[in-house]
Amino acid sequence: MADDPMLPRVARVRRRRRDGPQVWTLETEPEGGSLAAFAAGQFNMLTAFGVGEVPISVSGDPAEPGRLLHTIRAVGPVSTALTRLEAGAALGIRGPFGAGWPMSEAAGRDVVIVAGGLGLAPLRPALYRLLAERPRYGRIVLLYGTRGPEEILFRREIESWRRRLDIDIEVTVDHATAAWHGHVGVVTTLLARAGFDPHQALALVCGPEIMMRFAAAALGEAGVADEAIWLAVERNMKCGIGHCGHCQLGPVLVCRDGPVFRYDRLRTLLPVKEM
Amino acid sequence: MEDLTQIILGHPFFAGLDPEYGRIVCGCARNVRFEAGDYLFRAHAPANELYLLRHGRVALEVTAPERGTLTFQTLGAGEIVGLSWLIPPYRFSYDARALELVRAIAMDAACLRAKCEADHDLGYEMMKRFTPVLLRRLQATRLQILDVYGPHG
Ligand SMILES: Cc1cc2nc3c(=O)[nH]c(=O)nc-3n(C[C@H](O)[C@H](O)[C@H](O)COP(=O)(O)OP(=O)(O)OC[C@H]3O[C@@H](n4cnc5c(N)ncnc54)[C@H](O)[C@@H]3O)c2cc1C
Ligand code: FES
Repeated sequence: MADDPMLPRVARVRRRRRDGPQVWTLETEPEGGSLAAFAAGQFNMLTAFGVGEVPISVSGDPAEPGRLLHTIRAVGPVSTALTRLEAGAALGIRGPFGAGWPMSEAAGRDVVIVAGGLGLAPLRPALYRLLAERPRYGRIVLLYGTRGPEEILFRREIESWRRRLDIDIEVTVDHATAAWHGHVGVVTTLLARAGFDPHQALALVCGPEIMMRFAAAALGEAGVADEAIWLAVERNMKCGIGHCGHCQLGPVLVCRDGPVFRYDRLRTLLPVKEM
Repeated sequence: MEDLTQIILGHPFFAGLDPEYGRIVCGCARNVRFEAGDYLFRAHAPANELYLLRHGRVALEVTAPERGTLTFQTLGAGEIVGLSWLIPPYRFSYDARALELVRAIAMDAACLRAKCEADHDLGYEMMKRFTPVLLRRLQATRLQILDVYGPHG
């Protein structure tokens, strides 16, 4: 029974931690043992019992499948119910699903991660892997943009990564008071100052869709080919396993063929109304 | 003077500029430095100069009633500050404050405008360099206004 991908397993919240305004990270423990191992960029379908089910990316380390983390922003009924679950509370979980970040393609190359807002959560598993296997990669650059200083996700972790000498991290916010001494401006402005080789770099991008389009355009301007840019997209989902067609985007199903796509395959599928 | 021309030609904003034009615009330029906290200019002041940043970061700020001073952009080495020099009524609409020691080339706006007026090829060259900066800032502003990281991003 446990193998039926449509059947949620019951899990318990082990820990719940606030990671920003309306944003909580849940550490959960499925009853009866861990789920299948997950890859960076994959998601699970989480059920708030009596409310509904939503797709949420795994935000923890793939090397620690027993410590299953999801970082959730309360935007509507289901996500709000999930973020309110206290330690010990039950939720449903099925997964992991989808195609994640192309970690094997990153070997030997510079890796540029461009994250916006909550988009850092699905990228964190990739960062854990990159840092754990640091010698396998060229330069690693994390460019992170968010709304304001108080909305910086995983702030303490970013600060500790920043102390390492083998990753370049720049954080920018859309606006701030004078108390903030970091960058202000959209995340694409950080690209011009980031030191990486655009011709052999791999870019991983996640954030609101408009931000991703701007980021892909700016990466292109910097010399990164569309084939080297990967984006994670979100669409409403029901089954999560390619059966219902709910998440269809042109010829692809986001739950099965994505959520991570190569930009050259995606660019014609995204709505391209000029701004 | 020769050094200043070289510095100007080496600034990303003037990358690839004909050295002859470099010498002409250099006639409007001087080296400046600001300590952390100094203002390069204040809102509503005449836009008498624009700045090519060489070192250090500058915050562009507006003061909003009840919200205090808000930074809407920071700029660093290789970028330019003070776009109002180009467009009448030549007044700054925000404050620019040095966040750390800033070294820059200040260009006299009236002098630059006069040289562009006298030599339209130079003027066109300057337009080709300023327009992309304006466009990028406009697009960045749109992204900020859309508040893409808000709950409905
Ligand atoms: C593959 C995938 C991975 C995801 N990973 C995460 C994750 O790690 N963390 C997380 O918090 N969310 C993630 N999401 C988004 C999450 O699934 C939705 O926020 C959730 O479905 C909203 O359900 P709801 O019932 O709470 O709100 P709804 O009632 O469905 O929506 C409430 C309001 O929020 C808006 N909204 C819905 N979805 C989003 C969204 N994605 N972004 C912004 N606004 C939205 C709606 O337009 C509506 O106005 C992911 C989505 C996908 C497809
Ligand atoms: S959610 Fe059913 S096909 Fe993707």
